[in-house]
Amino acid sequence: MDDLIHGLVTSVNGPIVRARGLTGVSMLDIAEVGPDRLIGEVIKLDGDVAIIQVYEDNTGLKPGDEVLSSGRPLSVLLGPGLISNIYDGIQRPLVDIANILGSYIKKGVKVSPLDTTRKWLFRPTVKPGDRIDPGAIIGEIEETGSVLHRVMAPPDVSGTLDWIAAEGSYTIEEDIYRVKGSADYSGKLSSYWPVRKKRPFKNRKKSGIPLITGQRIIDTFFPIAKGGTAVIPGGFGTGKTMTQHALAKWCDADIIIHIGCGERGNEMTDVLNEFPKLIDPRSGRPLMERTVMIANTSNMPVPAREVSIYTGITIAEYYRDMGYHVAVMADSTSRWAEALRELSSRLGDMPAEEGFPSYLATRLAEFYERAGYIETLAGMEGSITTIGAVSPPGGDFSEPVTQHTTRFVRCFWALDKVLADARHYPSISWIDSYTEYIDEVRSWWNDLDSSWYGTRNDAMHILLEDNRLQQIVKLVGPDALPVAEQLILFSAEMIKNGFLQQNSFDPKDMHCSPDKQLMLLKLFVDFYHEAKRLIASGIDLKRITSLSAASEIIRLKSEIDNSEIDRINTHEQEMKSQLSALGAEAAKKTVAAAGGTDGTP
Amino acid sequence: MMNEIEYTNLAAINGPLVFIDRVRNVGFGELVEIRSGSGQLRLGQVVEIDEERAVVQVFEGTSGLPLEGIKTVFLGKCLEMPVSREMLGRVFDGIGRPVDGAPQVTSDIMMDVNGLPINPYSREYPRDFIQTGISAIDGMNTLIRGQKLPIFSGSGMPHNMIAAQIARQAAILTAEEEFTVVFAAMGVKFDVANFFIESFEKSGALGNSAIFLSLADAPSIERLITPRSALTLAEYLAFTEGMHVLVILTDMSNYCESLRELSSSRGEIPSRKGYPGYLYSDLASIYERAGRIKGKQGSITQIPILTMPSDDISHPIPDLTGYITEGQIVLERELFNKSIYPPIAGLPSLSRLMKDGIGEGRTRKDHAGVAAQLFACYARVKRIRALASIVGEEELTALDREYLKFGSLFEMEYLSQGPDENRTIETTLDIGWRVLSTLPAEELYRISREDIQKYYIPSAGAESHGAD
Ligand SMILES: Nc1ncnc2c1ncn2[C@@H]1O[C@H](COP(=O)(O)OP(=O)(O)O)[C@@H](O)[C@H]1O
Ligand SMILES: [Mg+2]
Repeated sequence: MDDLIHGLVTSVNGPIVRARGLTGVSMLDIAEVGPDRLIGEVIKLDGDVAIIQVYEDNTGLKPGDEVLSSGRPLSVLLGPGLISNIYDGIQRPLVDIANILGSYIKKGVKVSPLDTTRKWLFRPTVKPGDRIDPGAIIGEIEETGSVLHRVMAPPDVSGTLDWIAAEGSYTIEEDIYRVKGSADYSGKLSSYWPVRKKRPFKNRKKSGIPLITGQRIIDTFFPIAKGGTAVIPGGFGTGKTMTQHALAKWCDADIIIHIGCGERGNEMTDVLNEFPKLIDPRSGRPLMERTVMIANTSNMPVPAREVSIYTGITIAEYYRDMGYHVAVMADSTSRWAEALRELSSRLGDMPAEEGFPSYLATRLAEFYERAGYIETLAGMEGSITTIGAVSPPGGDFSEPVTQHTTRFVRCFWALDKVLADARHYPSISWIDSYTEYIDEVRSWWNDLDSSWYGTRNDAMHILLEDNRLQQIVKLVGPDALPVAEQLILFSAEMIKNGFLQQNSFDPKDMHCSPDKQLMLLKLFVDFYHEAKRLIASGIDLKRITSLSAASEIIRLKSEIDNSEIDRINTHEQEMKSQLSALGAEAAKKTVAAAGGTDGTP
Repeated sequence: MMNEIEYTNLAAINGPLVFIDRVRNVGFGELVEIRSGSGQLRLGQVVEIDEERAVVQVFEGTSGLPLEGIKTVFLGKCLEMPVSREMLGRVFDGIGRPVDGAPQVTSDIMMDVNGLPINPYSREYPRDFIQTGISAIDGMNTLIRGQKLPIFSGSGMPHNMIAAQIARQAAILTAEEEFTVVFAAMGVKFDVANFFIESFEKSGALGNSAIFLSLADAPSIERLITPRSALTLAEYLAFTEGMHVLVILTDMSNYCESLRELSSSRGEIPSRKGYPGYLYSDLASIYERAGRIKGKQGSITQIPILTMPSDDISHPIPDLTGYITEGQIVLERELFNKSIYPPIAGLPSLSRLMKDGIGEGRTRKDHAGVAAQLFACYARVKRIRALASIVGEEELTALDREYLKFGSLFEMEYLSQGPDENRTIETTLDIGWRVLSTLPAEELYRISREDIQKYYIPSAGAESHGAD
């Protein structure tokens, strides 16, 4: 089977290896390097010399060592068994690697990404003679308790179904169908797809559906649509990872692809421990049953970090093509960009801003372009929502990765150091963040409750006014402000503590249903409007702010579970009756005062 | 397998790098022995290789090295170190060679100094609380076994004292556990190293620490190996011998400077402030060696110490460290100037592993709430202080003035303690409540009503504080 191309290593500089003699090899082909057959990819061709980026530790590699290439591009193996798995950046299964090698990852280990011995119960959904279009659904497999795996014809295959296996159990390597067309094709449950090539679909569509995340500040103030893109920039310790974990746990996507790109090992372990135990409120099944993890931690080979986000997004596209809503979390895209920088500098590319290669922006754009709400080749709707964390040096958002990313995404969830320092989580700034999806998701919320938009805007107004007034307070102190403005400060404080702040470890508050979000927000907005009227009728602000209801409603988020939100109504009544008692008093006073001046003889 | 060829002479020397021509069968990353005419032996590592030439980084530096009369042997393996329990109680140089006059360590077990990445699937998530006896840490930035928690300091601040206090006080364990300290000094003066050694010796439990010294007068390049040597021994002790190992690395800023030096002599394109673009990954290859492993007894807890150039936390060294480590203990000049020991900054300090290591059955049920509330209230104190400095204290609301009282009590009673004072977690939490109780109970919205009922001290606000 020697259709392999042979070459020889000529130099080694870190993970960048030069080789000679690889005639016929193409850009982005896989190369197997040295006696351990380390996985690499051809990233540059220069005459007789191929430049290969090696994805594994290559200590010990020597000039003169052999390089082999099959002439195939670096690819991801797609098929049942991806879900619940954890892979490194080049899709090596970390569980199997641990079983073979023990606790440490060593080089040169070769394991199939998918279990080749496991038998999957396959149910055909087409019969011989049926027409097979590209991307057509051939049959189904229950991959996990929450994911029905739709077996698809590859995007470049079409014709007439010649044969299909009967319902039964098959491994991913057995032939299960045959298509007769321009070229005959034998299909299995699994197939390869080049990692850097986006999978085709029929067309893009407008989404109109929010990705509900269960995080109040996101859903209510800075929502993202299914198929949308968002960036979470923030200095260290401001909550990028926690926010992504919260979204991965509670957002209403069907599939989660979680890419740990150059970050901590323990954060991956944390997900691996927690997700099997946490129950998805929608399916009643463990969250792990809808999750795929890609873990290329900071101490693993840097080039594989660069590929990891492509591995992740390719798997996301595969499930999207089955008609699923997929959410991709990439933590952190800065580490990916740094990998790009490190490799490009070893190649001697001309650096642009801060040493990053000039193609950084293009690469970022290509990555976020792979998100979207689409009609699949098979005519179903599917989406990829991509949420990338950015780790700006010194927390300064003016750096290239943050700046370029904001050009290609439509949600900006800015993390604020001051909020994080005060342990106000999520520390997403309501001043610096923005979303371009409000109009797209508005009708969805409107169907839930027609007052949503108005309430949201009232609350936002209070917060923005508060921000403006805080600048004045800094100079003169709060007591110098008119009472109506002091009320704004007080109400904003209530919204910050009772609504925006949401602790991911609070058993009742870690995720918040859309109904609960709206009910809570209404409480604060109603409180404000009512209090404003009372002040106008002469009631002392102190009396309003010291109402027990004012401090009660701040606690409701963590005292009332999503399943018992009716109890919020009781509190609403109590709040209203306390406020109207003050109102009645004001009215009495006016009457009494009027009576007094009238004078009776 | 050993590559027997001996090469004579060097083609060039540049900073810590030497260039050897016409080498054959030499691998990337391979260890090299360089012997000069006088017989002096240096070690190096191949950092770049092609068909013509090997570039070797010399750990002991190249000072005094001529081009002529040099004999070089490529050893066909990576830098390895013999490891054994006997290394406890000993002092080594940065590459693990004894400098205490006692004989070379012999062991059948040789370990690669660069280590290997731990498979994330094989990690055990760290959850065990370490009581350091320091309130600012235990109460608000809890240290967990297997955590990497650096101290970000500034020149002149007592980071060494704090690290030594943690080491001494964390040593108290249940009977069946073994604890030890591995200490690595990079580019610090002898008296700093000596301070630690004496401090370890004083406390009986730590008499057997292993010390790796690459002091200020040692070649700068050796510092790049020092933390790795220390961690290699630590890995052996933790994951083969089942010990709980605390690794103190000081000063990581010196380490980073050596890396910058090496990078610039290799002519690499610098990133921020001249540090190489791979500083993040390089630091991660050190810090990520902390942790726990499934099915193994021991743990590696890391306390790297670094001094922030001009107290600037956004400098690349603390910045990249903070992005890798699981939190940071930040020392604050303002507290230090108020003579508060330990001057641990209330707000920027963080322990990311705290969340899973505290609470009922681990520390106490109210722990998370009290910590969150202290942070929130202290953040408000900082805001009010800034306001008061402009409008004057008289212009503050009554509540704001109560916050100011809370603030100074928090600093004087909660943060402050003696360098030998070892508080239990209960004491720390109780002080927390005493301090928080100066504020009205309604202000404590980060704490559950139940805990307020149980622990809040209703009279504390009215009375003068600190009475008991
Ligand atoms: N929503 C949240 N709820 C509770 N704690 C949070 C939340 N977000 C962040 N934190 C706290 O902040 C710490 C740092 O957050 P993390 O997401 O790891 O930061 P980053 O990834 O930005 O460095 C966490 O360890 C946790 O203690
Ligand atoms: Mg993070």
